[in-house]
Amino acid sequence: MGQRTPLYQQHLNAGAKIVDFGGWDMPIQYQSLIEEHHAVRQHAGVFDVSHMTVVDISGAQAKDWLRYLLANDVDKLTEPGRALYSAMLNENGGVVDDLIVYSMSEGFRLVVNCGTREKDLLWMQSKAPDFDVRIVERPDLAILAVHGPESINKVCALLTQERAAPVSTLGNFRALESGDWFIARTGYTGERGLELIIPNADAPALWDALLESGVKPIGLGARDTLRLEAGMNLYGHDMDEEVSPLAANMAQTISWEPSERQFIGRAAVEQHKSDQAAGKLPILTGLVLEDRGVLREGLRIVCDVDGLEREGVITSGSFSPTLKHSIALARIPIGSSNCRVDIRGKLTPVRIVRPNFVRFGKKVFE
Amino acid sequence: MSSFPEDLKYTPSHEWVRIEADGSIVMGISDHAQELLGDIVFIELPSEGAEVAAKAEMSVVESVKAASDIYAPVSGTIVEVNQALLDAPEIVNTSPYGDGWFCRIKPSNTADLDALLDADAYAKICE
Repeated sequence: MGQRTPLYQQHLNAGAKIVDFGGWDMPIQYQSLIEEHHAVRQHAGVFDVSHMTVVDISGAQAKDWLRYLLANDVDKLTEPGRALYSAMLNENGGVVDDLIVYSMSEGFRLVVNCGTREKDLLWMQSKAPDFDVRIVERPDLAILAVHGPESINKVCALLTQERAAPVSTLGNFRALESGDWFIARTGYTGERGLELIIPNADAPALWDALLESGVKPIGLGARDTLRLEAGMNLYGHDMDEEVSPLAANMAQTISWEPSERQFIGRAAVEQHKSDQAAGKLPILTGLVLEDRGVLREGLRIVCDVDGLEREGVITSGSFSPTLKHSIALARIPIGSSNCRVDIRGKLTPVRIVRPNFVRFGKKVFE
Repeated sequence: MSSFPEDLKYTPSHEWVRIEADGSIVMGISDHAQELLGDIVFIELPSEGAEVAAKAEMSVVESVKAASDIYAPVSGTIVEVNQALLDAPEIVNTSPYGDGWFCRIKPSNTADLDALLDADAYAKICE
């Protein structure tokens, strides 16, 4: 038996197919992955992501420490209730994890991945001794993500008057604290929506109320097809400790200025910048296969680069329920053209596009 | 809970077979198989007129999560293929034993039919 979130019984009640996910018993789907995917793009869906790791950072040097730990700069969070997406790098400029950091009225809150929990906590502790900072994991908190065009209305209809008003006008990448509820406009689907970080005991009632109001329960299977359509990375697949953020479509998450900010991995990624300019670092790009067939993680890609044949690999691939053909993220040499994917021995031509396929329900590439 | 219709025969690789009055067989994949595969998005079917060999790969089913080979339950000739599956493969998830049929085969060796499993024996394999 794996670890279970406070919503485990809710998943069983909704007919979930439960699988092991990083040591947790989680719902991969309820009735149909594709229907759940469409429900989020067209109406509203709720995900239980309580298996993810919430870590609160406080202390006099909380901000200084985060400006050292993270490649993005929390100095940009100029007031409570703002959020940033960042990589946490090692000294070689490889990605230890990707995460969201929120500024709170007191200190900061990080949400990091489930599978990297132990590694991340050990890493953070090991980088803290010289700072006046407290790192406190919050396993007492559950996370419900509600996404889709109708999501914010559906959530606000269930909130108290005082909470509903500010939540309904929350801007993108903004958050608010209300009692012991933390509500943010962040997410992993490319749709509007909210992530609610709330005490474990409050989670089942909120989940049940959402379902009763017509919000569909969404499993981890659809979570993956949604994030892939939105061009969002999955740690351990699109990047890992051996991969530079510059080879993972994360260049824009590195805050180079001010140049005096010595974040962990700075020297290494400065070198990666030069390597990439010299064509020596691969890029992470999008691929589409508009014919029949599915691009899958691990498949070999053959590309032309200046008249030479070079190889790449698919880092994430699946079928896009919105576009009705396959899409993928892939690491290929800079300057590649004429890419063909080896699908069961047959070299299949694919088209290179920007790594972003669907936003707010609409196709965004040519 | 998967269903295992009693009037069909099965293979250990999760294909079902219905023996028709004219001696041909109609085949597809079982309810258990479609549940394991998840949402199906593409199906590659053999051509009409093609010869197939029992237990050899005959078709490929692509679901969101994986590609799976489908094996011919008997040796023979493909006499009819369910073209509807090319544009609407999801029919196999919703109606694996009915509208989700794959193809009709004229068997070349009746001994192949004797080797098929009945519903109880197949259900046991699925436990």
